[in-house]
Amino acid sequence: MKMILTGNESAAWGARLSRPKVIAAYPITPQTSIIETIAAFIANGEMDARYIRVESEHSAMAACIAAQNTGVRTFTATSAHGLALMHELLIWASGARLPIVMSVVNRAMAPPWSVWTDQLDTMAERDSGWIQLYTQNNQEVLDSIIMSYKIAEKHNVLLPTMVIEDAFILSHTAEGVDVPDQKKVDDFLGEYDPAFKLDPDDPAGFGSLIMPEGPYMEFRYKMALAFEDARNEIKKVVEEYNETFERNYSPFIEEYRTEDADAIMVVLGTIGSTAKDVVDRMHEKGKKVGVARVRYFRPFPAEELRMLARKTDMLGVVDRSYSFGPGADLYAETRSVLYKHTDIPVKGYVMGLGGRDITPQILEKVFDDMLSVAKEGVVDKEVEWVGLHGDERWS
Amino acid sequence: MPIILPEDPTPIAKVPSTENKTGGWRTFRPVIHYEKCIRCYICWKFCPDAAIYFAPPEAHESPKEALAKFDTVEINYDFCKGCGICANECPVKAIELVLEESVGGDE
Repeated sequence: MKMILTGNESAAWGARLSRPKVIAAYPITPQTSIIETIAAFIANGEMDARYIRVESEHSAMAACIAAQNTGVRTFTATSAHGLALMHELLIWASGARLPIVMSVVNRAMAPPWSVWTDQLDTMAERDSGWIQLYTQNNQEVLDSIIMSYKIAEKHNVLLPTMVIEDAFILSHTAEGVDVPDQKKVDDFLGEYDPAFKLDPDDPAGFGSLIMPEGPYMEFRYKMALAFEDARNEIKKVVEEYNETFERNYSPFIEEYRTEDADAIMVVLGTIGSTAKDVVDRMHEKGKKVGVARVRYFRPFPAEELRMLARKTDMLGVVDRSYSFGPGADLYAETRSVLYKHTDIPVKGYVMGLGGRDITPQILEKVFDDMLSVAKEGVVDKEVEWVGLHGDERWS
Repeated sequence: MPIILPEDPTPIAKVPSTENKTGGWRTFRPVIHYEKCIRCYICWKFCPDAAIYFAPPEAHESPKEALAKFDTVEINYDFCKGCGICANECPVKAIELVLEESVGGDE
């Protein structure tokens, strides 16, 4: 059924169709309308789930952990400071191997206060042991939640998943979304089959103390193996979803006009759709550029990026966050996995922080800069801040 | 030799918590003065563990004849961590917190 939905309504529909039994959440802009929509579904009797109102995001994740441990699907949503407050429990959820699915609406971290989109909140949680998936449109938000349950719940994966969308650009913007049939989603997902659960007839304690000589390292190693397995399961599930629901998702990286491109822009989230539009305009002017939109940041698509680098003379990596050290997150990790695999120059561009608009005009200038780096064969500046007040180069 | 990995995906202890005696964490020991205890069971309600349990009426003395027919309470020192909530809640101040060293631990 076609509906006009915002990104947040799409997330709520994705959750509704996946039939979680417990939702524990705390409101925070710009995520709030996800849990409000779900609350309405439950109040109207359209969703059979227990809605737990909690006093903080820390408690929201704690409640999801406990509920998931009893053997049911759970769902929650948050943004920015809420995600940061969850930090301790995020690591608990992944270490406890609970396939919780959560919507995260990217929002800048204060100070200064800002509710607009910026990827620092999720980048700061990249080592929390969660699968992280960045989406580009409302359809992808809805579909990704359904797919994420299926991937996360595989017994060789058992990793919680963040389905990430940009604040306002997706969260509060409505567009046409194809809402799949409930029966079809039920058949695709199946009943939740927990690998382990709390059972009064077989008492057990979860996450108990392990001494240094005990298997702590081995449990972490098993998580690392699970992230490797997740790569294969992501490929399989995306393929199955594409076939069942007539979609066209690439598992790890969505490429656009990358064949024979002189330079390729690597991006996350909605920057991808703006960049694709700019690529078409650039081609009209005879400039051969392409876009690679990274969907999964965890597991990191190392092999896919190496293949991408073979297609072109230069990679320009755009980050909507900054890391005080290597420069920027997607850039630093991209460069790291390319080490000794390619000699092509890789340059980082930091832009759009605090929700500053990333316009086609600015991306066109970045593409031009990338083409000149490709031509010279060397990077003039490893990481460049684009669009600072007064910087005439990008205005 | 192959790497040996735990069977479960996450640490799961199949040992019931009753096997894990935590009384050794205690600094202060709650001691019930039965001559004051009115057998209201407020301590039993508030104990965050399950360290307070019922004992038959005749197990301890009672301050009043009328109370002597009701069950009394005892403290399980294998699990009491000495949080002092029972002593704080007791309406007749019948529970005293005594420094563990001063009574000589008999765990």
